[in-house]
Amino acid sequence: MSVRRLLILLVAINAALFAGGWLFVPAPAPKAGAGVRVGIVFDVGGKNDKSFNEQAYNGLRLAERELGVVGTFIEPTEGVPRETALRALAARTGDDKLDLVVGVGWVFSSDLERLAQLFPDVNFAGVDYAPSSGAGTLPNLVGLRFREHEGSFLVGAAAGLATHTKVVGFVGGMQIPLIKKFEVGYRAGVAHVCPDCRVLAAYAGSDPRAFSNPPLGQQLAGAMYDDDADIIYHASGKTGDGVFAAARRRGQRAIGVDSDQFAIAPCCVMTSMVKRVDLAIVDLVREVIAKKFRGGMRELGLAEQRVGFVADEHNRLLLPPAVVNKVRALSDEIIAGKIQVPWQ
Amino acid sequence: MKRELQAAAIAVLASLAVGSVLMLVVGVSPVRVWGTMVERTFTDEYNLGQMLFAATSLALCGLAVALALEAGLFNIGAEGQLAAGVLACSTLGAALPAGTPAPIAIPVCLAAAAGAGGLVAGGVGLLKATRGAHEVISSIMLNFVVAGVSLWLGNELLFVGGATTGAPIAPGAELPHLGLGGSSVNAALAITLAAAAAVWWLRDRTTWGEAWRAVGRDPAAARSAGISVERVQVLAMTASGALAGLAAANLVMGYKHAFEDGLGRNTGFLGISAALLGRSHPAGVIIAALLLGFLQAGGLAVAELVPKELTEMLQGVVVLAVAASVPFVARARARAPKEAA
Repeated sequence: MSVRRLLILLVAINAALFAGGWLFVPAPAPKAGAGVRVGIVFDVGGKNDKSFNEQAYNGLRLAERELGVVGTFIEPTEGVPRETALRALAARTGDDKLDLVVGVGWVFSSDLERLAQLFPDVNFAGVDYAPSSGAGTLPNLVGLRFREHEGSFLVGAAAGLATHTKVVGFVGGMQIPLIKKFEVGYRAGVAHVCPDCRVLAAYAGSDPRAFSNPPLGQQLAGAMYDDDADIIYHASGKTGDGVFAAARRRGQRAIGVDSDQFAIAPCCVMTSMVKRVDLAIVDLVREVIAKKFRGGMRELGLAEQRVGFVADEHNRLLLPPAVVNKVRALSDEIIAGKIQVPWQ
Repeated sequence: MKRELQAAAIAVLASLAVGSVLMLVVGVSPVRVWGTMVERTFTDEYNLGQMLFAATSLALCGLAVALALEAGLFNIGAEGQLAAGVLACSTLGAALPAGTPAPIAIPVCLAAAAGAGGLVAGGVGLLKATRGAHEVISSIMLNFVVAGVSLWLGNELLFVGGATTGAPIAPGAELPHLGLGGSSVNAALAITLAAAAAVWWLRDRTTWGEAWRAVGRDPAAARSAGISVERVQVLAMTASGALAGLAAANLVMGYKHAFEDGLGRNTGFLGISAALLGRSHPAGVIIAALLLGFLQAGGLAVAELVPKELTEMLQGVVVLAVAASVPFVARARARAPKEAA
């Protein structure tokens, strides 16, 4: 085929595709609704990561259903400056103007600070937000920080009480301060109830792919089970699926993270450390609706019921009532300030 | 020249068609998506600036890969060299006294960025020249090494306040922004254009460039012509790494003003696409970087219309289309003399 003929053919194909789309694809109806408008920008994992991005997405859905808000979101591709996505939402005007823009993930922290100053009439919130040094409180920026170490302490205590071998494991995703918090809290929980228990710990890698590597998770967990661990807690996003696979294979127990992960492996998920990003987002939306949104840091932990552990009819057989009662008592002690959970 | 334009036209049209098919599959009108992409990128100063910002890093990494490629070396380690540049540039920048004036701070940080990248790549070149270690293997392995070292140093020394960000660099080391609606595009754009001009001058106007391209064409012939192939390999890799490291100037000195883990992740790999798309010519690399930058910035502008996987796929489709169209045009034109008459 000659170059010219190919060019003509390609132009014709494109014209046909454009015309086809123009004629047969209906224009999407603009999202109507007088309610408050909320936009979310997700972290690299995207809204279907079965982990905390998905929790945030569930929060948006919940707010849409129950509070009648209009939600929109962006999932940035890797390598794109995240600030661009946030700004695209913040800069909307007229009927599209958003009342609340949420960045999910610690990576947004400094971008949120810049944008909150740039768009003083839009409310911003950051999940897992870590303020930059020197950044003061902005009236239109809420930073959500979860005390994951408190929840991790409780599942650590549960593991320490339920282990038969006196060896338990921890699998982290990427080794960053945020995930380290889970490990430190977990270790403290194990040590609190079982001072002579050993904790094996491993991380899946040095970049965000460490949160999406189930085969590696299975390998790490397998090695720990071989070294006599009988319960493994993971804080590793999708990598945790591999931890559950290893548990299933050996008939051992594992502990889920972020959301209740019982359904992924009903044989083995003893409990989960839940981090209620969804409820935290709904709380924020309520504040915006009530016009009570105030900037500043929000620390959410056991006392606020935004982290915790799962004990319900599903995992009853894996988590003995005696253990549940002891862990609940510990939870009360933490809330009362009698136990200080370390986080670093 | 005409050959390049024809190949580009075919590649663009083919990518457009593939993209349109994908859009129809997910149920949106292609005209709407492409239109929104172009409109939002070119009518909004901020989006235009973000496109140029993305293109700046991509162009430097593309130039890095292209330079090595012309010397017959496939440097797929731009990713790690850039990460080394980010680490060195931000650490040194933060260590400088806060009052350091710009005329000192900026060159020092630029040198750190380029030096660190050059050091990593120079090692690869040295291994190739003295031990015959294949540069693809050693450079990709060094990507992991640099990522690991950088995260380890971050956890041990650099991260502040429970985040994955380090202390801010001295204000004097910050590159000025170019305005454009408050976007991140900064003076590193000028540095990049100067680097492209320098690469072009070296490549086309100096004996050193001649030697380096001779090695790329045929190392054995170059050697018998009296060129030290080993020397060229080490120097070309070092220069290549320095260019990739320089992209840290755009990201650290022009944008984040601090160390951040994963800053610029993936840019080094996209730089390979920029080099291949740009046919290793400095001007071509710049155009390719602009195109990839447009796909990134424009992809974000249509994020509500199409899933992000589609825009990621498009970047791959463009590279495939170019890779396929260039030999096609070359062959068609070789056959063509009678046909064209």
